[in-house]
Amino acid sequence: MKSEASTPAPRGLVSGSRLERVLKSGRFAVTAELNPPDSADPQAVYERALVLSTVCDAINATDASGANCHMSSVGICALLTRAGYEPVYQMSCRDRNRIAMQGDLLGAAAMGVKNVLCLTGDGVQAGDQPEAKPVFDLDSLTLLRTVRIMRDHGQFLSGRKLDVPPRVFVGAAENPFAPPYEFRPHRLLKKWQAGAEFIQTQYCFDIPLLQAFMQRVRDLGLHEKLFILVGVGPLRSAKIAEWMRTNVPGVHIPDAVVERLKGAKKQQLEGKRLGVEIIQQVREIPGVAGVHVMAYRQEELVAEIIEEAGLLPRRPIGPPAE
Amino acid sequence: MRWLQNYPHFLELAYDFTIQALRPFRRWLKPGGWAERVFVPAEHTGKGLIFNCQMCGQCVLHSTGMTCPMNCPKNLRNGPCGGVRQNGHCEVKPEMRCVWAQAWERSRHMPTYGHELFNVLPPVNRSLQGTSAWINDFTGAAQQNPAGWVAASDIQVVP
Repeated sequence: MKSEASTPAPRGLVSGSRLERVLKSGRFAVTAELNPPDSADPQAVYERALVLSTVCDAINATDASGANCHMSSVGICALLTRAGYEPVYQMSCRDRNRIAMQGDLLGAAAMGVKNVLCLTGDGVQAGDQPEAKPVFDLDSLTLLRTVRIMRDHGQFLSGRKLDVPPRVFVGAAENPFAPPYEFRPHRLLKKWQAGAEFIQTQYCFDIPLLQAFMQRVRDLGLHEKLFILVGVGPLRSAKIAEWMRTNVPGVHIPDAVVERLKGAKKQQLEGKRLGVEIIQQVREIPGVAGVHVMAYRQEELVAEIIEEAGLLPRRPIGPPAE
Repeated sequence: MRWLQNYPHFLELAYDFTIQALRPFRRWLKPGGWAERVFVPAEHTGKGLIFNCQMCGQCVLHSTGMTCPMNCPKNLRNGPCGGVRQNGHCEVKPEMRCVWAQAWERSRHMPTYGHELFNVLPPVNRSLQGTSAWINDFTGAAQQNPAGWVAASDIQVVP
């Protein structure tokens, strides 16, 4: 039997992933983040995936984000591909060295993973086990290049050949909302040079800052080289917004946003409305290829804001409905 | 001596000078010999005072705005992570300025090597930790990439 991994990708595509197809066909893409369970029960993953399956093109499986331990991203991806969903496998450099990461990529690809997001990862101090040893053997750029070397040159970093290379669509993250602001567009260029094909950004709550960033990105011609998906998401309350901007690394929420939530009668509703507005504004910015929707432990809310922002219908991913 | 880092142009001239000054002696600059016994403590002290050198053995200061990237708690040699705080300080060590925020500023005042900040640097060779970067520079060990590493121009980037 010829395995799926060794059949060539359709013409013009490197991975044959749905996300790649949506982006390359010029459609506005939607990805969403699945909150990994603190459980060994696969059902916990499937329940969350089901909510997201009709509203997005691919589901991100986070890799112990915020340095908090949950079910592993590779495990979640295995469950998702088994059920016919399309995951984006997030790989962070914080917990594993280059030997482990190259092996994990092969394993993930063998299980049908077609999208990989290469991340540096939050520092261990951000999580609930700050005593852990931070690894950071590779960084996000050297990881990107490593994945591309494995895919395009069919070899490990050591030069040892692969029998069947992993056919994956390669992504990276960027945070336009963190200093040094002037360097950020150049860093994006470096990520492209390292091998990135799509980008998912950190949460956007500051449209003017994003516009300035995208202007520089367009000046560098990067919007034609990379598919940029802007991170968006609802805020449940002013208190949560305050907590996020102090505790979650890299999240920038302007005072005006917090004030707006504080002033609202129903903060959750206002937070959702804000998320919808941001999606609509982001969509108008030239060079933005899609949105990446994240919401901490509220998959239902993710589905709602995608619908209210007018991004539906999308072809459902995953197993056919009963 | 940390104040010297705020004169990055002087430091890049000093870098060029050091390389030129050591070049005539390169046949004696071998790992494991007397040179290494002298250089390791010298680099540890000298570069330690100025850059807080971590002795990675693969010095890339001229490519990173004369700011030692191994001081980044994530050892990032290719630019800042996404966790930099709004005040430009480090995500992991809130009292410390982000290594890369400083590297970016300093690189703007480095006419000779400033542009090297835009290069994608290969993975660090962890086996060189604790050895002499100067000797590794002359033996070529510092420039030795993993055998399977592929340069930017050979990665076919299809948009």
